Amino acid sequence: MKRIMWLGILAIILLVLALRTAQGHMLNPFDSFHGFGTWFAALLTLAIMSFLYNDNPVYRFAEHLFVGVSAAYWMVMGFWSTLVPNLFGKLWPSLTAKLFIPGIADQPRDPLWFLYFIPLVFGILLLLRLAPKGGYLSRWALALILGTTAGLRLIAFLTADFMGQIRATLNSVAGYVHPSLPGGTGVFSFEQMFWDVVSVIAIMAALSYFYFSKEHKGNFGRFSRVGIWVLMITFGAGFGYTVMGRIALLVGRVEFLLVDWLHVL
Amino acid sequence: MKRTIPLLITGVVGTVLVVAYFIPHPPFDSLREDFSIFFDIIASVAFILGGGNLIRMHGSRISRKESNWPYSVVTVLGFLLTLFVGLTKLGNPNGFLGSSVTTSGSYFYAAYEYIFRPAAATMFALLAFYVASASFRAFRAKNAEATILLLVAFIVLIGRTFVGELLTSWLPDSLHFLTIPYLVEKIMVVLNFAGNRAIMIGIALGIVSTSLKVIIGIDRSYLGSG
Repeated sequence: MKRIMWLGILAIILLVLALRTAQGHMLNPFDSFHGFGTWFAALLTLAIMSFLYNDNPVYRFAEHLFVGVSAAYWMVMGFWSTLVPNLFGKLWPSLTAKLFIPGIADQPRDPLWFLYFIPLVFGILLLLRLAPKGGYLSRWALALILGTTAGLRLIAFLTADFMGQIRATLNSVAGYVHPSLPGGTGVFSFEQMFWDVVSVIAIMAALSYFYFSKEHKGNFGRFSRVGIWVLMITFGAGFGYTVMGRIALLVGRVEFLLVDWLHVL
Repeated sequence: MKRTIPLLITGVVGTVLVVAYFIPHPPFDSLREDFSIFFDIIASVAFILGGGNLIRMHGSRISRKESNWPYSVVTVLGFLLTLFVGLTKLGNPNGFLGSSVTTSGSYFYAAYEYIFRPAAATMFALLAFYVASASFRAFRAKNAEATILLLVAFIVLIGRTFVGELLTSWLPDSLHFLTIPYLVEKIMVVLNFAGNRAIMIGIALGIVSTSLKVIIGIDRSYLGSG
């Protein structure tokens, strides 16, 4: 009975859509590639939204299609935006120019171009994970990735995040930020100074919560409790922002269905 | 051999890149940039590895006719077709060598525009419902901390809509500091920023110590147990 009811509803919806398309109120999926694509995207959107009711075959189809297409999408993007210009273009510029990017051989060659055999070799080693034997060699590539990440991030986070955040905090406490500095207006303001002092105290309080070498008791305990409140405010604001972002995406999808597909708005 | 060489590679590469930061002379000055590109190249190869794994996993499901195997056919077909039109730049209006793979009008662009983008946006949009339902079940103003979190989330949510502006628009100028848009601004710019800064300082210290552990060879978890 339930199945018949659902099929009936689906038939009515299809009939309405067919009538609207026939009357020219909607894009005809058989008229142009854009029309077909819009219909496909709309049905895919509805298929994924159907998961809100329950897990169903239509949703699973959309989910599996998305997995396959997105895997290939990132692979193709990686090939054309990184491998071709940065690897093949550096190692074999004239061949790359002939096969992939015509203008690449005109650029002056990097004097250290031979270094690019390193990622080529390690990239091949990484692919050995798919081979039945010699999979352990892919760890060498993993080791290079980790070494590179550690070496680059260690300095980058120390200078940009650690020192940078402290510098940016202390720069503004005087209620005056020189115009040459980021966010600087060059105008003194008591209100600004008040909020900057509040900001510094809040940062210190939040940091004190993460300091575990001293027991959180007495004045220090009370101060670290203020730190928890600051962190809760941050998480609350983050949560509110995330929900707003998701709702904006949802509004975008509904707008696509009503405006681009159904043409009812 | 299986563990020593990877440890050596990590240690040497990590140390050289840290030292290179302090030597602004050739060839060290460009070494950090070069290795950053190497990282991108190997990450792109990792996408190929991911694709290979996807085919292997779904291929075995299809060949064994495991439960729900027809969905694996959809994944494999979607993957192979997108890969084919992307690598061959099929349908590109300016030909294979003429323009980028993402040029409007190509079949790869169509796969992005009519499949990847709507599906990704809808998947993330669904999270709005799940976040709302999960927070309805989990959030309870049991203590001061939970109440602050709830209150701030509520103020930020309504403060970013026209309702937030309307609710407190009747307040006189002398009570401007109580209006929701003002509260939202101060929450976001002062307190949220302060909390984020503290977290970022903590993250930076954590990354520095983890990086040192990896370079020195104390942290070997990436080598696995084999």
